[in-house]
Amino acid sequence: MTPRLRSRHELRLPRILRQATPARGHGGPPPPGQYYESGFPTLTVGPTPKVETAAWNLRVDGLVEHAIEWDWNAFKALPRSTFEGDIHCVTKWSKLGTSFSGVSVDELLALAQPKPEAKYVLATSVGGYTTNLPLADLVDGKAWIADTHEDQPLPREHGGPARLLVPHLYFWKSAKWIAQLRLLAEDEWGFWERNGYHHRGDPWQEQRYTGD
Amino acid sequence: MTDATPPGAITWQVADVVAAWAESSTARTLRLHLPEPWTYLPGQHVDVRLTAPDGYQAQRSYSIGSSPADEGSIELTIQRLADGEVSPYLCDVLEVGDQIELRGPIGGYFVWRGERPVLLVGGGSGLVPLMSILRHLRRTAPDAPVRMIASVRTPGDLLYSGELGDDARLIYTRAGPPGWAEPPRRLRPEDIAAAAFDEGPAYVCGPTGFVDRAADLLLAAGYPADQILTERFGPT
Repeated sequence: MTPRLRSRHELRLPRILRQATPARGHGGPPPPGQYYESGFPTLTVGPTPKVETAAWNLRVDGLVEHAIEWDWNAFKALPRSTFEGDIHCVTKWSKLGTSFSGVSVDELLALAQPKPEAKYVLATSVGGYTTNLPLADLVDGKAWIADTHEDQPLPREHGGPARLLVPHLYFWKSAKWIAQLRLLAEDEWGFWERNGYHHRGDPWQEQRYTGD
Repeated sequence: MTDATPPGAITWQVADVVAAWAESSTARTLRLHLPEPWTYLPGQHVDVRLTAPDGYQAQRSYSIGSSPADEGSIELTIQRLADGEVSPYLCDVLEVGDQIELRGPIGGYFVWRGERPVLLVGGGSGLVPLMSILRHLRRTAPDAPVRMIASVRTPGDLLYSGELGDDARLIYTRAGPPGWAEPPRRLRPEDIAAAAFDEGPAYVCGPTGFVDRAADLLLAAGYPADQILTERFGPT
């Protein structure tokens, strides 16, 4: 039986949930087990890398017809789009109604042209962080390489100059300081996925940990 | 594949609160008996789930502070957040004999598997997983070199003050105890230099700003990035 709270304590709905505006984001309750956070907490494995745009490159390779590497100027010349909505961290916070802009992964893949056998992607960051995703989670307008957060250059601690953005999955999938997307036929586990976290990480299914 | 997380699902269970005590002026330790016990590594955490009478649920993660050698129970130290939703209940309302739901152990990165020497750098309630490492090291590898740096706002905020060891390097950022020789200050390069080893990992846990500062100082002191293990919490 699920233990209930002692009656003299009430779980208080976070202020931001009460003030949620349906105009941005979905405006309803957060995914199961999540709470709304007004700030933007920082979670990083190890020290925060310093990545200058002059030294930044993004490579898309593996099972593609054309392995391509963009430097900062070439990346900034690509067509841009914006995401507005909510993001969800596996550590329980969700951020309501935020925005990022950058380049849709669709734009990159249209140039690189995935081979038919490509089914998975291993994303790698400067510093060696990795995370794995099904290719299907990165296409059809669901994922970006984001260099802008709420109209400002993406701060270094949040992955600037550019991060992967996959807002429909827990945020560890949105690798900061993104350096490479490698397309694969077989799934290859990333950092947290090797360390007890779920392989797909759908917040609405509460896929936090291995086996959820 | 890690051995830190058991294969299969990490399932919820109902734990009994068997003891509870104040760990500082703003934190409380809960000793919990697990009806379905599991083994864990120092540094791992659990998820706690509370359910209101109307069914509304809230979950939070808390680090384990006890040594895995203490079989049969685990200890969580909960920092009371004034504006918190869950921590005031765990600190002020929950009583010995009550039950809470939890699941774990979680996390295979910020864990100690016997590496030595070990540098521990904690800010505020970031001392909790470091205490698990220190306690387990003392139990299982008492000869292993270990050094601790603890940064807290005031003496009343210091967790485990009787257990940190005489050689722990204490830093007070707002006010020191009466007669403390130096004014309040932040972590400095000389703190890291005095505690650094030539090899082995550094475990850094605390609020984001503290961890970022400590990690940068460790890099500057020559620690390789992959030997600086971090656990950050709190808003930026």
